[in-house]
Amino acid sequence: MNRNESEVRLMKGNEAMAEAAIRVGIHAYFGYPITPQSEVLEYLMEEMPEDGGVVLQAESEVASINMVYGAAGAGTRVMTSSSSPGISLMQEGISYIAAAELPCLIVNVNRGGPGLGTIQPSQGDYFQSVKGGGHGDYRLLVLAPNSVQEMVDFVFEGFRLAEKYRNPILLLADGALGQMMEKVELPPAGSLPHVVPEWATRGKAANRSQNIVTSLHIEPENMEKVNIHLQAKYETMKVEVRSESLNTEDAEIVLVAYGLSARIAEKACDLAREKGIRAGLLRPITLFPYPEAAIGALAESGNVENFLVLEMNAGQMVEDVRLAVNGRKPVHFYGRMGGMIPSPEDVLHEIEKIVEHSSVKA
Amino acid sequence: MENTMISCENLVYDNHMHTLTGTAFHYCPGCGHGVAHKVIMEVVQEMGIQEQTVGVAPVGCSVFAYHYMNVDMQEAAHGRASAVATGIRRVLPDKFVFSYQGDGDLAAIGTAETIHTVNRGENILMIFVNNGIYGMTGGQMAPTTLAGAVTSTSPRGRDIAVSGSPIKITDMLAMLPGAYYVTRQSIHNPNAVRKLKKAIRLGFEYQKLKKGTCFIEVVSNCPSGWKMTPVESMKWMEENMFPYYPLGDIKLPAQPIPVNNN
Ligand SMILES: Cc1ncc(C[n+]2csc(CCOP(=O)(O)OP(=O)(O)O)c2C)c(N)n1
Ligand code: SF4
Ligand SMILES: [Mg+2]
Repeated sequence: MNRNESEVRLMKGNEAMAEAAIRVGIHAYFGYPITPQSEVLEYLMEEMPEDGGVVLQAESEVASINMVYGAAGAGTRVMTSSSSPGISLMQEGISYIAAAELPCLIVNVNRGGPGLGTIQPSQGDYFQSVKGGGHGDYRLLVLAPNSVQEMVDFVFEGFRLAEKYRNPILLLADGALGQMMEKVELPPAGSLPHVVPEWATRGKAANRSQNIVTSLHIEPENMEKVNIHLQAKYETMKVEVRSESLNTEDAEIVLVAYGLSARIAEKACDLAREKGIRAGLLRPITLFPYPEAAIGALAESGNVENFLVLEMNAGQMVEDVRLAVNGRKPVHFYGRMGGMIPSPEDVLHEIEKIVEHSSVKA
Repeated sequence: MENTMISCENLVYDNHMHTLTGTAFHYCPGCGHGVAHKVIMEVVQEMGIQEQTVGVAPVGCSVFAYHYMNVDMQEAAHGRASAVATGIRRVLPDKFVFSYQGDGDLAAIGTAETIHTVNRGENILMIFVNNGIYGMTGGQMAPTTLAGAVTSTSPRGRDIAVSGSPIKITDMLAMLPGAYYVTRQSIHNPNAVRKLKKAIRLGFEYQKLKKGTCFIEVVSNCPSGWKMTPVESMKWMEENMFPYYPLGDIKLPAQPIPVNNN
């Protein structure tokens, strides 16, 4: 395998993401096994070149995320990955990393919960991903891939954004994306150069003052200033918002879904169109920042009569859609929980119910 | 007694070091943390490794260690200093990395990280300041609090039947093959401070040779948490802590290297 060139391969999502991590030039990966993402650690252990980054199996996700803190604070490109219960264990460390403004990539291959739950795919960690998860006022920039290709692309995009904003990036996938095989184009190694930041703790050169990585600001006046700075940064991050529209121009009903749900929603829209229902899809690609403007514009559109949010959870992102729609149009929800994947036919049935009810009212 | 302790010939450190920032310590009068900080930085200065050293501060009274130690530092979450130090060590294999933790931090909330860091033989120096109490949060029972000792969360004295025995984590860690050099020192008199300094020097020297984890317990005091004067606390430490936590080397390398300690 020549990593200096781009390459097209058929790969599992988790393995493709791990290969992307090698190609983006991570200096270190720290992780702990958990289904459905253990292939990331396994692949890196097997494939990381001799002169490549450190790959270390930690004793827990608590240790992993704190190792990430240390290595990121030392100015290196570092990542970890896990699945829902492990990501819960990392929340304290993620809050510290966000507060200390350390760039890194954290991957959650979401499985069904709560509790130990199931190893089947789920989107039950939306709230945890975009509303905080750990303590304090912080935000992660959250990327939600819906294909193996995007799992790869968002490793590169994730580190670009992490280093640009000095912020942890969360790649939020799910068990199905991690396990499915698709054709994928892998970018060449070296396509995202890394620069050691001047704030890194690597030993105090005689000509500079100490570098300190900390989240402690004991005086409330200072702590508030830090918070104001962070909030201002999160505001500037909003230019990174990304979403994708499919057939929304003439849509009477707009489905809103991300990740695997968006693929199911896309199929359901096709089925609806075959039945003469003008259905379209809005797919948020960044979950923070959230594409509220794109959704708001659709809420303004004369064509759109209804929104249907599709999620593999009890209804989490639907709250953000309702905020963006702001009462202008009805927002409906359909979801399956606990690792169950809705079928396009199920979703079509929901679409038909909504459209029928709408026309009766009209 | 007080007069003899602060006399000139008992001055064990230089106050004008470039490895100290010069910021006045915020520690309570007579607290061992300040002494431990100074001794570590003396060694860093004498070895000329300030530019290659990265430290990790804990959560505890020494959370602001980086205000005083003039080296690059990271402040870890409570108990996670050794995991943070592992992260630094793995990406900067040729630097000097040390962690500095209290007993609550290292031997309670951070127990898992502590054990596995030593078990991997991370090539770092771990400094463990055991004052038998949670100083920072106002004197609660620590995992190391002696049997019968009164603290704010053991108002009738530590009851072994309820809370278990004070943990001798240093002895436990010495059993791990990853531990290269393990010693227990203190700060109660000038001679003890000199011995501590020698141990720290050894720890850094072994690190240079990539020998594995060096672990130094510093049995220390907490006059405020113990509700004693500094002098009383030193005496109490000698009479009560040392019998349970005896000073001296616990694990020595098979072939110790000669170290010139000036
Ligand atoms: C997760 C978490 N739990 C609890 C605390 C509160 N806390 C801060 S310091 C400390 C104990 C420190 O004791 P020790 O490590 O012995 O250090 P000392 O102050 O005695 O030097 C505790 C419980 C915290 N900061 N974070
Ligand atoms: S509370 Fe105890 S450990 Fe903390 S500074 Fe005071 S004497 Fe030292
Ligand atoms: Mg203590």
